Amino acid sequence: MGETKKVEFEYSQIDSERMRLNVGPQHPSTHGVLRLEVELDGEIVTEVIPHIGYLHRCFEKHCEKMTYPQVIPYIDRMDYICAMNNEWPYVMGIEKLMGIEVPEKVEYIRVIFAELNRIANHQIAIATFGLDAGAFTPFLYLFRDREFILSIFEKASGGRLLYNYYWVGGLAADVHKEFKEDVLSIVKQVRETNKEIADLLLYNKIFIERVANVGILPADVAISYGCSGPVARGSGLAFDLRKDAPYSIYDRFDFDVVTGHGEVGTVGDCFDRNIVRFHEMEQSCRIIEQAIEQMPMDGDVREKLPKKIRPPKGEIYTKAENPKGELGFYIVSNGTDKPERIKSRGTSFVNLSVLPEISKGYLFADLIMILGSVDIVLGEVDR
Amino acid sequence: MGLLNKLDDPYYGGGIILGKVEDILNWGRSKSDWYLQFGLACCAIEFMAVNASHFDFMRFGCIPRTSPRQADFIIISGTVTFKMAERIKVLYEQMAEPKYVISMGSCSNCGGPYWEHGYHVLKGVDRIIPVDVYIPGCPPRPEALEEGMIRLQEKINKQAIFNKRKRLAEEEKQELIIDN
Repeated sequence: MGETKKVEFEYSQIDSERMRLNVGPQHPSTHGVLRLEVELDGEIVTEVIPHIGYLHRCFEKHCEKMTYPQVIPYIDRMDYICAMNNEWPYVMGIEKLMGIEVPEKVEYIRVIFAELNRIANHQIAIATFGLDAGAFTPFLYLFRDREFILSIFEKASGGRLLYNYYWVGGLAADVHKEFKEDVLSIVKQVRETNKEIADLLLYNKIFIERVANVGILPADVAISYGCSGPVARGSGLAFDLRKDAPYSIYDRFDFDVVTGHGEVGTVGDCFDRNIVRFHEMEQSCRIIEQAIEQMPMDGDVREKLPKKIRPPKGEIYTKAENPKGELGFYIVSNGTDKPERIKSRGTSFVNLSVLPEISKGYLFADLIMILGSVDIVLGEVDR
Repeated sequence: MGLLNKLDDPYYGGGIILGKVEDILNWGRSKSDWYLQFGLACCAIEFMAVNASHFDFMRFGCIPRTSPRQADFIIISGTVTFKMAERIKVLYEQMAEPKYVISMGSCSNCGGPYWEHGYHVLKGVDRIIPVDVYIPGCPPRPEALEEGMIRLQEKINKQAIFNKRKRLAEEEKQELIIDN
């Protein structure tokens, strides 16, 4: 347990002037078009005000105008790094409203693709976090591996980034014949690279000095702000919807919920949030291996696709564990083929709200690391 | 490319390049374009993939710069909202001449999927800044962005540098004639 890096300052001793600084919306380390208004006292951050809305793309307005299947591509574009995970709670909600039971094979493919996309998301998160710290090499290694995962998605859905693959009642297309072998080879590759990344970046002395004891998020603050995903788990909260409220077939798999426990510093610092992502990749590999073993290869993934999607009148809230946290959709149906209203609980939006709380009192350079460790996607913040 | 092939030409005795100053300047310019490191939306992720190991954008001589003052061209990679459009215009104006714009993806080409109901989305970035190369796709594949870069290099190679003002005045005169 080291001491925190918060800088205590005696205002009475040194005469200093407060300065307001604008970070973004064009900034290489804001992970998108986020604008931060920072108040500095010398080099110490005293206040952070995030200004959002630079990527507001009217998701809820589009939902009112589109039919149910047409909404899926817009959901892809919310959190564009993990589009497979995004589609899942939405189609799950409509399936529950309409009372559709999806075939076994579909469930397994959905689990495998969601976990593969979780790995791809965490690879980007760790790669860009390394970039923020000035480490360029891990970025190249992780993006190399990500391309293999994308190639599997491309074979199945035709898209590299935005898939429109999870449909109500099934999937857009079946997987190819050598699917199992391909996925297992990717899992092997991910594990090999993870060993390298641990040595190259995460347990590197320079990196640890930079991120340990920075941006500490206590567990009670994480709960009161509604944080979820690796941000909450980094603070020691074992909160994972796959375990706590199992959806789909997650209760069949054996995996652990990774939490941060202050390995090199204090519980809930930037290092913990990232090491949780790192170990979650291994847990995802375990789930994929079990799913590949149990998955039936025969069966039609499109047999349960309804011809008309007209859910009965009613409302439903579905949630799923996204790589970034809990993503929920509140769907109100009025009995027609267009939804009355869809409200989404954006994970990144909720996680970003904790940034002003945890970045006060640190140096300005640490603010960039804290923002990188929260791992936001502006498409989901602004929607 | 064309210029270097001349070095092997026995006609010139080898090792000598005869060409217009314009050609040689353009050859140098087109092979060392630096871009503004600036991502907007989904396309920015593909843009990052182009920078990474599989596609290696730097072999085109493209190096990311974080300041618009040092950048030769800007890639508009994603949806341009009204709120962001002002900032993009400022960024474009801050870049030093000669400057180029690549519009990447449907959103910045024409509004993309947000064209019809998007009350908040600019229907094409060419409404605020001039665009040199349009790349279709939602999002475009990394190979498409590379193709766009090659097209931009072709355009730079063909550009005339000297007597620019005189030529522009002539063009304006002709436009006036056409308008009248």
